[in-house]
Amino acid sequence: MSNVTGTFWLGHYNTIRTKFNLLKSIRWGRLSVISIPSVWLAIFFFIPFLVVFKISLAEPAIAVPPYTDLFVWDADNAIAEIKLKFGNYLYLWEDSFYLDAYLSSVKIAAVSTFFTLLIGFPMAYYIAGKKSSTRTLLLTLVILPFWTSFLLRVYAWMGFLKKNGIVNEFLQAIGLIDQPLQLLQTDFAVYIGIVYTYLPFMILPLYTTLEKLDGSLIEAAKDLGASPVKAFFLVTLPMCMPGIFAGCLLVFIPAVGEFVIPALLGASDTLMIGRVLWDEFFQNRDWPMASAVATVMLIILVVPIMFLRTGKNEEKQ
Amino acid sequence: MIQESNTPLWKLDGAKPFIQIKNITKKFGEFTAVDNVSLDIYENELFCLLGGSGSGKSTLLRMLAGFETPTSGQILIDGVDMADIDPWDRPINMMFQSYALFPHMTVFKNIAFGLKRDKVPKKEITERVNAMLKMMQIEEFANRKPEQLSGGQRQRVALARALIKRPKLLLLDEPLGALDKKLREETQFELVNIQDELGVTFVVVTHDQEEAMTLATRIGVMGNGVISQVDEPRDVYEYPRSRFVAEFVGTINIFEGRVIDAQTDYVKIASKEACSKLFVNHSINCAPKQKVAVAVRPEKIKVSRKKPDLAYNCLYGKIIDLAYMGNLSIFRVKLESGKIVRVTLPNLVRENQNPLTWDDMIYLSWDNDSSVVLIS
Repeated sequence: MSNVTGTFWLGHYNTIRTKFNLLKSIRWGRLSVISIPSVWLAIFFFIPFLVVFKISLAEPAIAVPPYTDLFVWDADNAIAEIKLKFGNYLYLWEDSFYLDAYLSSVKIAAVSTFFTLLIGFPMAYYIAGKKSSTRTLLLTLVILPFWTSFLLRVYAWMGFLKKNGIVNEFLQAIGLIDQPLQLLQTDFAVYIGIVYTYLPFMILPLYTTLEKLDGSLIEAAKDLGASPVKAFFLVTLPMCMPGIFAGCLLVFIPAVGEFVIPALLGASDTLMIGRVLWDEFFQNRDWPMASAVATVMLIILVVPIMFLRTGKNEEKQ
Repeated sequence: MIQESNTPLWKLDGAKPFIQIKNITKKFGEFTAVDNVSLDIYENELFCLLGGSGSGKSTLLRMLAGFETPTSGQILIDGVDMADIDPWDRPINMMFQSYALFPHMTVFKNIAFGLKRDKVPKKEITERVNAMLKMMQIEEFANRKPEQLSGGQRQRVALARALIKRPKLLLLDEPLGALDKKLREETQFELVNIQDELGVTFVVVTHDQEEAMTLATRIGVMGNGVISQVDEPRDVYEYPRSRFVAEFVGTINIFEGRVIDAQTDYVKIASKEACSKLFVNHSINCAPKQKVAVAVRPEKIKVSRKKPDLAYNCLYGKIIDLAYMGNLSIFRVKLESGKIVRVTLPNLVRENQNPLTWDDMIYLSWDNDSSVVLIS
């Protein structure tokens, strides 16, 4: 009798234990999946950001590293001092140079993003309309430039655009121009560089949404009296908004902080925040100022995007 | 006899067809999807194109809508050649198989879409859409997105959207395919009522013969790009003209045989498969000793334990399978020749004292007018 009860209890205990273990392992499984990217972000994004933010509150000094400590411990008098200098941020606001640089970066990034979209959309649309074997080939061609270093490709553009470069020689050869045009070291060259470099980042997300698009939706629109142009603007384009949004972010964000392209292709007066950052760090050796510039850039970029995302999520619900 | 005023248009001489499909062929590369099809459909008809997948029925429908261009042939709607008319200019609307509701628009906007393209005044749009929502009993969903609706509700929205422009012709691609069985049956009758009420010509494509039977005024049975038979549902079922139609619509027993005597009012056939002489009381156009097939529906076959006093249409075999379906029972009877005959009997009484069961030997017979001879 007691033996039976004993087995019963043991069995019961075991089922509880397995259930508990199962729950635990599910929780652990979930945690381990999320933890890898989280740890990655923490180590390579959040902590460096805090370091940069900390430096932005210091004062420049002739030392290694070239800034003062925020926290000073005076052992003789037993005084702990915390010095936070917000002057860098004030200075960012007061000196119109920085504001101009931000605005100019955003403008250049926005215009480039617009043109990437303008060129990328028809390409993605064309690829998505092909049969699957052709699609793979075309997508490979889109990604192909990544096999060459980004820096080399920008240098190649210098070769194209310089005074006696391919473009000028070609235009002269066909007699369109007498004198070589100033193409390199212009804003135009910066736009070409950015659009060229970031085009795949626009095409890929657009392609994914277009490829998933149900063809019968467009047929339904036509059936209900919409011309192909109307059907495109009323159905295809709105259905592609997630892809357009993703593509624009993928182009716009790195374009704002772009340094190599304006440095190599732009004029000396092409004002972009990436170059300002570089100058502050390496020309002026003012690390706190450079850090303040970086912090503000991040906030300017991230905050509106966060708002956009939450807005989108709410709309979905 | 049917009165003159109720005679359907397709039986009247000289009636003008609403849709004229003339020798339409559609090829995709080497593959012929629709092969030289000619068909007349009349006003207010609910015409069903019935066929399996790859039969060409959907391609034919898409050519009517204008999404496919015929390789050769002509389509006239209300006397107008459709060749140079784009889908968006045709007086036709279509209800898509997957419904193709615009996911980014509310139910109201989905239904209003067609009217907006026609630049109908805003006030009229609101009125007409609201009336349509009411008719379809989906008023409370007007502001929902399609993803928030059930299958049946989506089906109504799709139908509403297709009907709002008051098209002369409505094409429906598997209209009930995505619904579960119960909802399907309800919706079938509703669809017929709506069609009747609005007086729109419907052309329905379906692979479901039950659906075709209940919906259609006439059925066109399609296979391999060809329309094999166009008839009223009853005639398609009772008088199939070919083996393909007989086997595609419902279940049927087919016995191969040779003609032994053909007269103007009957045919006698010897069939080794049936182990009996068969008698059919309609004439056929055939050569003596020609190979033919006799087809009998399972429910036309009578069953008895005693040998019936018949010289023809009398078979003998063993029950090898039976299935109780509630309203009827299905038997599979194996003849001496090895041929298996399918028989259905209605369960007329609740408790049968001497029920037929496995391994029982029984006689099968049918009336002279219950079978058809199939040549092709």
